[in-house]
Amino acid sequence: MDGAEMNIYAKVKEAGPLLSVRGLSKFYGSRIGCADVSFDLFPGEVLGIVGESGSGKSTLLSCLAGHQAPDEGGIVFDGRDMFAMAEPERRRLARSEQAFVHQSPRDGLRMGVSAGGNIGERLMAVGGRNYGAIRETALDWLGRVEIDGARIDDRPSAFSGGMQQRLQIARNLVTAPRLVFMDEPTGGLDVSVQARLLDLLRGLVRDLGLSVVLVTHDLAVVRLLAHRLMVMKSGHVVEQGLTDQVLDDPQHGYTQLLVSSVLQV
Amino acid sequence: MTTASMPVEAESYNFAYLDEQTKRMLRRAILKALAVPGYQVPFASREMPMPYGWGTGGVQVSAACLVPEDRLKVIDQGADDTTNAVSIRKFFQRTAGVAVTEATTEASLIQTRHRIPETPLTEDQILVYQVPIPEPLRFLEPRETETRRMHALEEYGLMHVKLYEDIARHGEITNSYAWPVMAHDRYVMTPSPIPKFDNPKLSDSPAVQLFGAGREARIHALPPYTKVVSLDFEDHPFVASKADHECEICGSRESYLDEVITDDQGGRMFVCSDTDFCGSRSAALETERS
Ligand SMILES: Nc1ncnc2c1ncn2[C@@H]1O[C@H](COP(=O)(O)OP(=O)(O)O)[C@@H](O)[C@H]1O
Ligand SMILES: [Mg+2]
Ligand SMILES: [Zn+2]
Repeated sequence: MDGAEMNIYAKVKEAGPLLSVRGLSKFYGSRIGCADVSFDLFPGEVLGIVGESGSGKSTLLSCLAGHQAPDEGGIVFDGRDMFAMAEPERRRLARSEQAFVHQSPRDGLRMGVSAGGNIGERLMAVGGRNYGAIRETALDWLGRVEIDGARIDDRPSAFSGGMQQRLQIARNLVTAPRLVFMDEPTGGLDVSVQARLLDLLRGLVRDLGLSVVLVTHDLAVVRLLAHRLMVMKSGHVVEQGLTDQVLDDPQHGYTQLLVSSVLQV
Repeated sequence: MTTASMPVEAESYNFAYLDEQTKRMLRRAILKALAVPGYQVPFASREMPMPYGWGTGGVQVSAACLVPEDRLKVIDQGADDTTNAVSIRKFFQRTAGVAVTEATTEASLIQTRHRIPETPLTEDQILVYQVPIPEPLRFLEPRETETRRMHALEEYGLMHVKLYEDIARHGEITNSYAWPVMAHDRYVMTPSPIPKFDNPKLSDSPAVQLFGAGREARIHALPPYTKVVSLDFEDHPFVASKADHECEICGSRESYLDEVITDDQGGRMFVCSDTDFCGSRSAALETERS
């Protein structure tokens, strides 16, 4: 991250965290999913979560997004206790102020619905009832994720993997959420396609001032996108700090192994 | 179906076919459905002596409502004399011994497939619809666990996605039948495959409206005077359209018309789909003239 961005980062920090997580644990029987995770995420900040396979990244993310109930701990989003909230309100938040980008576009798109309908769904879910306006917004978003507007009535099944993933991103960002969860958003894509998607994501995150919790096993992805980094091992956070610091000067033995690529992640 | 010559009081059947247990279960479901307009109430659907698709849901609901004093009318696509309507009517004559009629104004209970009568209904009437697919969200979300949750949490964005897709693909919402509605500002429901022309009649009706789906084992309902709104977009509003013709028998411009093929030279004409309405109107005009 360059100096200018660091300044913005310092400024937004004064506003207080958008997401506060304390002592979050999730067990699968006697097995640890994630244990005692605490962090704050500030507006406009991208938090990367890295760790080898099975370290608890997806478990943590799904608890944060409300897809699973944790066994212990608390989550406060924008001053609101997520667990004191009734399910309708939590789901309303989840489709307006929050978003979730899945690794597989199939999990995050409606494959039987046109690109325009996919982007429009969240708008309609929050009360959009003007067809022309929904369509215009969908066209605008197709442009922003570099999909030809002429494809608006095509189904995602006719799209390439990279296009599908960009469509999933547009579908999620259309309601201008403040917090976006991403689980390996570039996983499963060719390297060149990955690079383009990362560029695009980077631009969107900056332009929209998004806060992001980004799970990946790819250190190159966090190096490019994440302001801050959390390293997980066996469900526990073993190290966290500014991305460059953690990657260039890892303190924990496990992080050192991760960075030196000794570990197969 | 064979027509038993036995009197109704004979032991062969309980009144209106169903045993008391089943009727009680159905009536509970109906009351629950009336208490929560548009909400789909599951019930233990029984085997009926007719195939699914022949209105077994409607028949069970009718059977649960019928009392000896009732006068029954059965219509299919607006007509009293189609095979389906005739066999259901005969079934209840045989098992309940109730009086039957073809006149909308004389009926206390009307079972229908695909139409709402043209003649305005009253507070003394029950309209029972035969429903093939009670879940309007099914098209885009096949998982019932999900659709139930959507109803519970009033998450109806998906319903509009369906309408959006129609306009995107065809330039307009293509449902000319089963146009989805919002009941009592709360539940999205299907009015069963009635033409959209009939949708306005759903709203604020003095009659009790009951919807029975046999294969799917669901009942939903509209109590009298319930607000029912057809879903649409501001810039693609719902229009209760019909063929722009007049009935060639009674001359009505207001009633819903069927296009009937009259010969094998491609001759066709428009006539009222509601045969009782058309007949009564023709008779009245005849009297006026003479
Ligand atoms: N549904 C589940 N049931 C049982 N154990 C699970 C389940 N999901 C994950 N786990 C276990 O929890 C731990 C963390 O898994 P996960 O969160 O998927 O890690 P990651 O995303 O970092 O690969 C692992 O030991 C995994 O086997
Ligand atoms: Mg994972
Ligand atoms: Zn007529």
